[in-house]
Parts: sequence; structure tokens; C-alpha cells
Amino acid sequence: MAYEKVNELNLKDTELRLGLPGTEQVKEEQDVSCVRSNKRQLQSDNEEESTTPPTKTQIVGWPPVRSYRKNNNNNNNNNNNNNNNNSVSYVKVSMDGAPYLRKIDLKTYKNYPELLKALENMFKFTIGEYCEREGYKGSEVVPTYEDKDGDWMLVGDVPWDMFSSSCKRLRIMKGSDALALDSAL
Amino acid sequence: MDLRLPSKVLEHIFSFVDSNEDRNSVSLVCKSWFETERLTRKRVFVRNCYAVTPAAVARRFPGMRSLTLKGKPHFADYNLVPDGWGGYAWPWIEAMAEKSPSLEELRLKRMVVTDECLEKIAASFKDFKVLVLTSCEGFSTDGLAAIAVACRNLTELELRECIVEDLGGDWLSYFPETLTSLVSLDFSCLDSEVKLSDLERLVSRSPNLKSLKLNRAVSLHALGSLLCLAPQLVELGTGSFSDKLDQEAVSKLAQVFTELKELKSLSGLWDVLPEYIPLLYSVCPGLTSLNLSYATVQMPDLVELLSRCSNLQKLWVMDLIEDKGLEVVASSCKELRELRVFPSGADVDETNVALTEQGLVYVSEACPNLESVLYFCAQFTNAALVTIAKNRPNLKCFRLCVIEPFASDHETHQPLDEGFKAIVESCKDLQRLSVSGLLTDKAFEHIGRHGKKLKMLSIAFAGDSDLMLHHLLSGCESLNKLEIRDCPFGDTALLENAAKLETMRSLWMSSCGVSFGACKLLSEKMPKLNVEVIDEHSPETRPDSSPVEKIYIYRTVAGPRMDMPEFVWTKHKNPEIGVSHLAIE
Repeated sequence: MAYEKVNELNLKDTELRLGLPGTEQVKEEQDVSCVRSNKRQLQSDNEEESTTPPTKTQIVGWPPVRSYRKNNNNNNNNNNNNNNNNSVSYVKVSMDGAPYLRKIDLKTYKNYPELLKALENMFKFTIGEYCEREGYKGSEVVPTYEDKDGDWMLVGDVPWDMFSSSCKRLRIMKGSDALALDSAL
Repeated sequence: MDLRLPSKVLEHIFSFVDSNEDRNSVSLVCKSWFETERLTRKRVFVRNCYAVTPAAVARRFPGMRSLTLKGKPHFADYNLVPDGWGGYAWPWIEAMAEKSPSLEELRLKRMVVTDECLEKIAASFKDFKVLVLTSCEGFSTDGLAAIAVACRNLTELELRECIVEDLGGDWLSYFPETLTSLVSLDFSCLDSEVKLSDLERLVSRSPNLKSLKLNRAVSLHALGSLLCLAPQLVELGTGSFSDKLDQEAVSKLAQVFTELKELKSLSGLWDVLPEYIPLLYSVCPGLTSLNLSYATVQMPDLVELLSRCSNLQKLWVMDLIEDKGLEVVASSCKELRELRVFPSGADVDETNVALTEQGLVYVSEACPNLESVLYFCAQFTNAALVTIAKNRPNLKCFRLCVIEPFASDHETHQPLDEGFKAIVESCKDLQRLSVSGLLTDKAFEHIGRHGKKLKMLSIAFAGDSDLMLHHLLSGCESLNKLEIRDCPFGDTALLENAAKLETMRSLWMSSCGVSFGACKLLSEKMPKLNVEVIDEHSPETRPDSSPVEKIYIYRTVAGPRMDMPEFVWTKHKNPEIGVSHLAIE
């Protein structure tokens, strides 16, 4: 029943505004009360998001989709991701700087080059060559993925079959994040 | 000379008056018309179960055969109404069992229905025929068994998106062998597997069965044998469409689908594998209604399917259809009347970027009968809204949900005021509107000025000030239901337009700036309204200036309700103690 203060703080950081600039004074207070979370938050989403890059604050009852329908969507996603005997295996793909996620079916690709080409086309970037020792050196973007254990790995490190059966979601990192990951390798 | 028509003649005339809107008008003419009308009304609609008492309804309409009730406010669908708020079916069922035992049909929406309720129905109404529960909760499959076993003349049992405590699939086995009257069965929202042999026998002995909606647990294989037994189906909701079938089974299934000559409506299709979509091609030309909103079908497969649906009038689909898919819908489905596009992602962040405003523009251009739209989309523009408004002045229902709160026109970065202005100006018969995106008070000025036929309006994260509410309450003459969340208005507009609230069915406001003091004042001023303050986090004592979490205001002749939980305050409660002296434990 308690207010989740943590999310209030996050909210101020993301600076959601009501109305146009110049009418800020009253709005600040409204922001906090308006976009707050309570116990009705989707629990599964909370757990999922805790290890990934910061996402927007969960808003209760938004988007206005009936919980019956939301649960069905979640079931669809879970079934598809966990059951490798299904002939589809959808994973979410996010790219830093792009406001929206995409979904791809990993089973439609047979190897890394095919996958990377598809990602390049989808997000309009070019990626350098992967080499085992140096990762994606020289490239602006670094494709990473979250595996079954929740760890973030570099795409290409493990054999394709192992990757396609353990990959839960993809994230294409850009810029300084990419460099940091590269140098850590 | 006595000019009054004898009541027998009036009765006969009124038997031709079907719509309840007309019947309500008829009942206002004079006392004798009121009397005759009430004695002859068979179908009663109570759109807010707290607006009137069950006893009053039973008393007024002794000939009632069909009762339709709605309980919780619409925003309950999005988890904004706390559990335990109310909407209980029991008092109604209890009252009707005593006073209207000839009741044959019960349709409930957003109500709490317990097993006790279902058992009472089964025991009390000898000629019970129709039970339709939409978005209800509180019962288990045991309650369904009670209905199945006792209602000998049952024709319709439909559970639409209910939350049911699923204790197993046995309930279906309780339909007696003597039950042969079934016309419609919908158990799509249940989880457990029912016994296939019982289902097959039920279907075989139901020659009038027109509508069958299975749950996900019914396999594709089972579907084949069921359809063999019911080729006369007009509406079909499949179960899971994903078993691995061998070639022989697939061709048998294909054959069975070609036998469904009467099929008009198709839904379900959970987990449908792309290779099975061609199985549906044979029924496509006959379909008027297609619900793919639970089927994760990708755009290319959707295109194949929809290009064959030339008679489609109603399409529900996920945003996986993308703009390209909607372009195909536009060119193939010229009879389209209703389009709903749902988000495939589970939260704000996951949005299919290949579905944009352009998809809806295509459909609005090419489908002349399009009158109802529900569209979830990541982004929109004023230009697109203006185009849609120009293309489709015949729109009756327009619900746009731009998923990002406060999202401006993604090309001009302006608010979407101008776009929605075009919609309300052009669509003169618009009855239902949901707005979204960045909107200033100006948008609501336009809606107030032009939305004269608007009955229901839904607003979230919009506006700047009290003006927004003032424009709506003073301008929208036909306004019946208004629901608002997270908008920055305060007390003034609400109090100034208090009289308007008696002409409306209900007003919902949550996370706005209305104070407790204003709620108290409104309650005092307007005795014909129930002003409910819903606040799960309220402190022991509440100062007048403190903003309230949620307010639900509705007109009523029933007075204060007896079943309010702790977290609902009305003026009948002592604010200090927080417990109503009228509440029954």
C-alpha cells in the first residue's frame, strides 16, 4: 500500500511535462501525483527491467489496454521466448537512441552474418567485422544480448546455435557505451 | 368524449416499440402511457447498477424477461478502480429471484459475480436461457457447473474476457444429455482443458449451435473433429492454432474449413503458425468479422489473409499489421466499418515503429463505411488527423491512443489541438471520442464547440487548466460519460458546472487536482448525485485542501449505496472515522 518513493524520484529525472513550457510552476506538483506507480504495477515488468538500461517509469493503466489482453500478450511473448521447440522465437531488439523497440524472429536466421545484416537494415547502421579477440573494433555500434541467465553478452562470442537458444533480447549499444564495452574486453 | 386509447390498444401499439430509448420517451407522455409501457417492457437495461435499486426495477417492470446491467466504471478495465470497490451482482440476482422469477436473460458487464450468484440463477429462474458475462470476475468454474446442470433451456452461455478461478475443465461435463437447445457457447477466457469427448457430444446434440468460441487449451487437432460436427457455425473462436500436424491431418483440416459455408466471424487463433494460415483462406471471402488481436501474425501473412477478406466489416488486429498491411486492408476490405489496432508490446516502451499514422490514413481514404476506430500508435500528426477527418466525416467512434503521453505532432512538434479540432468539426455525428498526445486547453475548446453529439469522452495526460473541463461541461450538450485521468484542472470548473452532472450518467476523474473540500461541497449542492471519493492512500484525517486520488460521480435515484468499502468516501461517511454508519459488513 505504501507509495513507491523511488519511482517518484525517477519521474522528476525524466521530466514529464503537462502542457507547454512557461506554465511550469503548478505542473511540477501535478507531475509527481499524476505519473506515480502503486501496487498495481505489472510485477513481471518490474523484474524484467531491473537489469536493463533505464526505461521510462511504468504508468498505471497505461497504455489503456485491458489487463486480460496484456496478460495474453505476456503469455504470447513468454511462450515464444522460452519454448525452443516452437518454430518462432521472437526477441525484442532495442537500439540506443532509437525511441522504439523492434521484434525479430531469431529462427529466421541461420548464422551471425545474416542476423547482423538484418539488424543493419532494420536500424540503418553499419557494423564492423567481428573478431574473437577484439570484438567489434572500429565500429560505432556494438550488438549485445541478454542470455537466459540475465547476463549481457557480446553477440558473436558463442556458437550460433547456443546463441539462438539462449538469447532473450538484443540491445545495440552506441557511442561511449560501445567503447566502454570494447575496452573492457 | 373520452379520447384515451384503451390500454389493450396501447399495449398492441407499444409491442412495436423496440428500442428502449423510444420506450423511455413513451413512458414520459402521460400516466397511462407510463403504466402500459412499464407493464409491457420485456428488456430492461440498467447502465449503472448503482443508479437505481434492484427492487425499484423489479417493481416497475413486472414483465421483465431480459436484464442487462453494467457495474464498474470503464476505467476499471485499466486497473484504475481498486478491488473491492463494488459492482456486485448479488443484490440484483437476489431481488429478481424473488420478484421476477420469469427472468430468462441476464447480461452483466464489469460486475462481481460469485459462485453463489450463479447457483442462485440456476435455482431460481426456471426458464433461464441466456447468460452473458463480460469483463466480470469473482466466480469459479464450479459456478459454471451449476448453470450447466440446472438450466434445461439454456441457449447462450458466453464468458467474454472474464477473470475466472479455474478449478478444471469438468464444468463442461455437467451439461445434461437432454440439453439440445444451445445456440452460443463462449468459454474462450478459461485456461483449463475441457474433456474433448464431452465437448464433441455437446456439439453433436446442439443442432442450433451457431456460435462456438473455444479456449486456448483446445488443440488444433480437436478443432478439426469439432468443426466436422458443426459445419453450420456462423461464429467460430478457435483454440490454439499451433499443433504440429502431419500432412494428412492438415488436408483434412483444410477440407473441414471449406465446409463452413455459413461462417461470418472468426477469432481466437492463438499461437497461429504461419504455415497454417492458408487453412483459413477458404472462409475469408465470407467473413464479416475477424479478430486477430490475440494472434501474433506478422505483416506478410496478415496481408495474404486480409487480401482475401473482401466482405470484412469488422477487423481487430495487432500493430504487427504495420502500415503496409493496412494499405492492403484499404484496397481489399471496402466494406470495413470498424477497425481496432492493438499494441503488441506489453508496455510503453515496446511499440511497433512500422505502424504509424499513415496506416490509418490509408484506411480512412479507401473505406467509405468506416465509422468506428480504435488505434494504438507510437506517434501521430495533425496533418494525418486533418486528412482522416476530411476523408471520413461519417465517423461515429474515434479513439486514438498515442502511446507516449504528451507526444506532440512528430513532424511539427506542435500539440495535436488542430488535428482533433478537424475531427470534431468534420465528424458531426461523432458519439465517442478518446484523445491523446500533447493537448492544450484549446483542443477542449474545439471539442466543446463542435462535439455536440458527443456522448462519451476519454481523456488522459492533457490540457493546462480548469478551462479544459469548463469547455467540455459547458459545450458538449449530449455528454453522457466523461472519464479523465492525469489532467491538471482543479475545483473551479467542476463546481461551476455542477448542474451539468445531473444530465450525465457519470464522471470519472483520477490524478487530477480536485480537492476534498470541493467533493464535499459538490455532495452538498447536488443531492441527486453520488459523489464517491476513492482513495486507497488516505490519511486518518483529511484537510479540505488536499487533492483526492480518484472521484467517481454518478446520478442516482437509489441514494447512497450500502456496499462501500473503507477506501470509498461519500458525504454519508464521517470523514474522521472513515467508516460509514450506513455500511453493512
